[in-house]
Amino acid sequence: MRKHADRLFQALSMATLIIALAALGVLIFDIVKDGGSRLSWQFLTNIASRNADEAGVYHALMGSIWVILITAALSLPIGVAAAIYLEEYGTRSRVARFIELNIANLAAVPSIIYGLLGLGLFVRIMAMGQSVMAGASTLALLALPVVILSTREALRTVPSTIREGSYALGATKWQTIWNQVLPMALPGILTGLILALSRAIGETAPLIAIGALTYIPFAPDGIWSKFTVLPIQIFNWVSRPQPEFKVNAAAAILVLLVLLLTMNAVAVVVRDRFQSRGRG
Amino acid sequence: MNVERRRPVPASLAGVTTSRRGQSPAAFDAPVKVAVDGLNFYYGTKRALDGISIQIRSNLVTALIGPSGCGKSTFLRTLNRMNDIIPDTRVEGTVLIDDQSIYESRVDVVQLRRRVGMVFQKSNPFPKSIFENVAYGLRINGLVKTRAELEGRVEESLQQAAIWEEVKDRLQESALALSGGQQQRLCIARALAIRPEILLMDEPASALDPIATQRIEELIYELKKKYTIVIVTHNMQQAARVSDQTAFFWLGRLVEFDRTDKIFTAPAEKLTEDYVTGRCG
Repeated sequence: MRKHADRLFQALSMATLIIALAALGVLIFDIVKDGGSRLSWQFLTNIASRNADEAGVYHALMGSIWVILITAALSLPIGVAAAIYLEEYGTRSRVARFIELNIANLAAVPSIIYGLLGLGLFVRIMAMGQSVMAGASTLALLALPVVILSTREALRTVPSTIREGSYALGATKWQTIWNQVLPMALPGILTGLILALSRAIGETAPLIAIGALTYIPFAPDGIWSKFTVLPIQIFNWVSRPQPEFKVNAAAAILVLLVLLLTMNAVAVVVRDRFQSRGRG
Repeated sequence: MNVERRRPVPASLAGVTTSRRGQSPAAFDAPVKVAVDGLNFYYGTKRALDGISIQIRSNLVTALIGPSGCGKSTFLRTLNRMNDIIPDTRVEGTVLIDDQSIYESRVDVVQLRRRVGMVFQKSNPFPKSIFENVAYGLRINGLVKTRAELEGRVEESLQQAAIWEEVKDRLQESALALSGGQQQRLCIARALAIRPEILLMDEPASALDPIATQRIEELIYELKKKYTIVIVTHNMQQAARVSDQTAFFWLGRLVEFDRTDKIFTAPAEKLTEDYVTGRCG
């Protein structure tokens, strides 16, 4: 009887996995069917156009790359520094525990809220306008809780024997963190960063909220430049009545997917290199 | 050894002790390096050390023995203030090293740990190259100015720890590729690199096979010419073989502290005798 239950459970979990994978498979198949034929070098290098056949994603792709790089540059140092404080310096204080609770809550806040905050804080008060910097700052806010939580997780996995070994040689706390703890935690930190960025790169709502949904006839040339990103371009095309633009949208989704997979691949490679370093 | 034995002690213990004693007469009148007086230690409200007073002399090997949880490791870690990093702990009493109190607030813990090196129970090489493991302490303390000086000190330390011959051709390889015994000797080299005065060893051979253990013991014997060594061990024979003085801890108290041969052949306390002969603990 127990054996049967065991097998039944195994079958059930297998079935749910298949359902999830099948849904994903159908989605990708559908997009490839719709947009696959539209993909070409021209599609990547052409700028947006009223003509569906001539329209491309160049500006949006460049915008996405700019925004995600700046987001990474902002959220990594701030997130890691915050995590180090919480994990290594302030673990026992009441303030730290309060902050900790709120970070967990922040990770669950809907992204549109971050957009409204970004609009108020970065676009208006800090007068960044609808720039790459404003967009990236908003997305960095969104990414921060995940970066902080995963960094803390990674710091916690560094064995205490390594810390003690460092202290016993007359290292200060900071020397121990910088020379021993951080390098060992790096793979975990990078994994968390990439996860957070993968989410950020697909976000539409917060960027629409800060006013990035406008026709931009150029690729960003700096952090103060106006910009558009792939999800917004997709959103734009999907909302057009002409069926040709739907095809464009599907093709743009494919571009976004490839960008995402590339980022994840880079993360895996970087992580493996850091993990094998010192071990091989 | 013409001390009257109150009870027969296994010949292996007494025999080894005397043979080693014969090779190197220990200087029991050496100056006091570490003087501990009325030391109490608390984890939270739990008292782990109770009124420890002991004087550890220069260039002797002092063994700390006793059953698990008796406080010997805790005591060892009070000597380089390693317990500071454990939250919710408290120290009372005085610990003087060269007549200077190490628990005063103006004492720089980092400086203290440079003078009092430590080797841990489980070898804990950093996940870096063999060279970098030894170089780390020299770099962070700014003890060397040139690359040549650094390389010289690394070699010197590896030689002192009797591991140079085994690793000299693969200094850039990962320390984690070494065997357990080699890793532990690397950790000793790492501790010696910053030229401490005192070396604390917390069961340095407990995870090693007999041959690796023997090498560590021979090493300790060599090292005491230059360093004051305090070693925690669970292994009675080891204490008898390597140490000049032995302190027996029981439930956070120091029961007896004397010359090693006395502790093992004619202990003053019944409890010590029961423990070293394996009747309790």
